[in-house]
Amino acid sequence: MISTMPQSKSLTYPNNNQSDIQPMSILVNKETRVVVCGITGKTGIFHSNQCLAFGTKIVAGVTPGKGGRLTENNIPVFNSVQESVIHEGADTALIFVPPISAAASIMECIEANLKLIVCITEGIPVLDMVRVNAKLEHSHSRLIGPNCPGIISPGQRCKIGIMPAYIHRPGPIGIVSRSGTLTYEAVWQVTQRGSGQSTCVGIGGDQIIGTTYLDIIKMFNSDPETEAIIMVGEIGGSSEEAAAAYIKQYVKKPVAAFIAGITAPKGRRMGHAGAIISDKKGTAESKLAAFRDAGAAIIETPSKMADTIFSIYKKTPSSERHPTNNTRQMTSVTSRNHVGDQLMFLPRLPSFPFPQR
Amino acid sequence: MNIHEYQAQNLFREFKIPVPFGVVVALEDDYQSIIQPLHLDKICIKAQIHAGGRGSGYFKNDFGYGGVKFANSREEAINIVRNMLGNTLVTEQTENDGKIVSKVYLVEFVEFSLEYYVAILVDRDLRRPVLIFSTEGGVNIEMIADRSPEKLHKIIIESAIGLEVSQVEKLTHGIGLTTEQSQELSDLLLKLYALFVTKDCSLIEINPLVLTKSGHFLAIDSKINFDDNGLIRHPDVVELRDTNEENPQEVDALRYNLNYISLDGDIACLVNGAGLAMATMDLIKYYGGHPANFLDIGGGANEEQITHAFEIILKNPNIRGILVNIFGGIVKCDVVAQGIVNAVQATLLSLPLVVRFEGTNVAEGKEVLKKSSLKITLANDLDDAAKQIVDLSKQ
Repeated sequence: MISTMPQSKSLTYPNNNQSDIQPMSILVNKETRVVVCGITGKTGIFHSNQCLAFGTKIVAGVTPGKGGRLTENNIPVFNSVQESVIHEGADTALIFVPPISAAASIMECIEANLKLIVCITEGIPVLDMVRVNAKLEHSHSRLIGPNCPGIISPGQRCKIGIMPAYIHRPGPIGIVSRSGTLTYEAVWQVTQRGSGQSTCVGIGGDQIIGTTYLDIIKMFNSDPETEAIIMVGEIGGSSEEAAAAYIKQYVKKPVAAFIAGITAPKGRRMGHAGAIISDKKGTAESKLAAFRDAGAAIIETPSKMADTIFSIYKKTPSSERHPTNNTRQMTSVTSRNHVGDQLMFLPRLPSFPFPQR
Repeated sequence: MNIHEYQAQNLFREFKIPVPFGVVVALEDDYQSIIQPLHLDKICIKAQIHAGGRGSGYFKNDFGYGGVKFANSREEAINIVRNMLGNTLVTEQTENDGKIVSKVYLVEFVEFSLEYYVAILVDRDLRRPVLIFSTEGGVNIEMIADRSPEKLHKIIIESAIGLEVSQVEKLTHGIGLTTEQSQELSDLLLKLYALFVTKDCSLIEINPLVLTKSGHFLAIDSKINFDDNGLIRHPDVVELRDTNEENPQEVDALRYNLNYISLDGDIACLVNGAGLAMATMDLIKYYGGHPANFLDIGGGANEEQITHAFEIILKNPNIRGILVNIFGGIVKCDVVAQGIVNAVQATLLSLPLVVRFEGTNVAEGKEVLKKSSLKITLANDLDDAAKQIVDLSKQ
C-alpha cells in the first residue's frame, strides 16, 4: 500500500520529498481506518471507546499474544499491525503502548506502511526516538507525537487521541500545540464563542517529535477547511521560530500565537523535555518577537486565545458552510449513553450564552 | 538526571576512556587516612556539587574564592579538604543559597600542553546525536562559538550507522596531531559515543580534554547528564543519583510521579499538563500574583497522588493560597476532586483554595466538591480562577 503522504520534514536536514498538497481537513477524515496498538490495556480500552463514540472508524486492535479475540465492542484484536492492515485495511495507528516498548510499536507501524501514526505514550527514551526518526525519514509514514493528545477533525467525526470530545465543534479554526491541556484550553474557548475547529493537532512535548509546528502550519495553510490558525507554543527549542518564519513568508490566513512559560525560570526543565531555556535560545521573548515579525496576533494571556483570533478573523459566509451535525448536543449538558457495556459521553455545548463582541 | 564529576570519571574508566588518577573523599570519611598514603607531588582538589562555574565560585564560610584548588603538599591538601567539606559553595549556576559540599575529589595534577573541548548531545532540530569538538578548550564554549567559530567541528551521527571511524578520522587528522595522537583521539571519541548510547545519556561533556606534556589525551574534567526516560533501563545509573543535590520537595514529588519545581512566590499551583501549568503561572503573574511552584500532576493521576501533591505544596511555608487548574483529558475531574477533598480534610487546610475544572467528568468533579461542603472556591474559567486566587491570597 503506497500512500501519498509527504515525509516527515525537518528544517535543517535535507529532504527531497517535500510536498504541501494535502487532502481535505488535514491528515484525517471520516474514511480514516484506525488500528489501536495496546488496545487491551486500561487506557487503550477507555480511549478506544471514547473515539468510537465520537465516530472514529476503529477497525482493529493490536496486542501481541492476544490476537484472534474480540474486544467488548467487537473490535478484532490481532497479534501484529501487518495483520490489521491485511484483514481490516487499517491505514492509521493510535499507540498506547508503554514507553519502553513504544518505539518498537512505532517501528512496526512504519514497516506496515501506515500513512499516519499517532503516538500518545509519554516517556519514550530520546535515543529510541532518534532510531525511530531514522526509519521514519526513509518511509511513507508520518508520525504525530509522541507524548501528545493526538489529532481531531470535528467536522469529519474523526478523533484519534485522548482529548475530551465534548469541547470540540466543527468550524473554521485550525489549532496546533505542543501541550495537550493548553490545546483543550484553546479549543474550549473557540467553542464557547460559538465557533469551532477544522482540525486540532497536539504535536507533543518531547525533544524529538514526528511532526513539527512547521509541518502543520503548512497543511493548515493549504487546507480549505481552515480559515484561521491558533498556534500555541512554549519556551524551549526553536520550532516556533521556524513556523513563524514560514508564516511571515507564505501564510495569508489570520494567525494568533501564544507562548507559555514567560515566567518560567531559566535552566529548569518544566515538565516537557522541550521546555527548557538554556543560554539565549528558546526564550519566550525570542519566540514572541518572531511571531510579531511574522504579522501574527500575539495572545497576551492563556485566557484570551479565542478573543485574539476573533479580533483579527471575522466570520465570512464561507465559514458558515461547515456541517453542524451536532443538534443533539444542544439539548443536554452531560448526557450519558450506553454503547455496549461502556458508559460514554456525548459531545455537548455549554449551557450559557456566548459572549458577543 | 545529573551525576557528580567523580562518578562521571568512574564511568569513563569503565569505558576505557583515559582519566587522571583520583580519589573521592566524603564528609563522613576519615580524610587524613585517605590522603596520607597518596604519592602525589601536586594535587588538584575539586568540590563535588551539581553546578558549573565551580572554579570562580566562592565559599560562604571564610574560605574565599575557588571551588577548585591546588595543593603542593599533603598537609596543604588536608587543610583545603577540611575547609571545603561541609562548607557552602556559591557559583553562577547555584542560587544565592549555594550548595553544601559533602564530597571533594582529589585528582593528580597533570602538566599539559593543549586543551580541547568535546561534547556529545542530541540536536533536536536535526533529530540526531551530534559530536562537537573544539580545538580550544578549558573556557566557556559559547564564547568560542561567538569569537572563533572556525575552531568548532560538528559531526552529525546517523543512529543506524553510529559514529563512523571515517568521520572521526577526518576530524582528528585535520587538527595538527601526530599519527599516534590522532589515532588515540579517534579511539577516545569512539569510546565516548559508545558510552553515550549504552547508558542513554543526554549530554557528555569534557572541558578540557588535554594533550599532556608526554603526548597523551586525558579527560581531566567530565560531565554526564542522563535522559530521565532512559533510566528505567539502567538501574546502575539510578544508583548514582545524589538526592542531597536536589530540592527535597522535588525528590518527594518524583516518588509519586509528580513533576514539581519550587519557585519563590506565594501562590501554589496544581495543574495537569506542563504547558497549562506554565500558562497558569504566567496568568497568575499577569494578575499581579507570584507562583510558588510549578506542579504538573501528569496523565494518570489518582486520588492518592493528589493528596501527596497537596502535602508537598503545603511544605512550602511561604504559600498564601492554592490554585488547582484541571482540564481533564486522560485525567478525570472527579478523581482529582476526591483527592482534593481527602487532602483538605487530612491537612485541615485553612488557606484560600480556588479550583477550576473543565474536561473529562467535569460535572461529577464539581459535584464532589459541592457535596463536601468544604470552603473551596469554584472558578468559572481560567481567567476567573487566576483573578480570584490572586485576590484571596492578598487578603
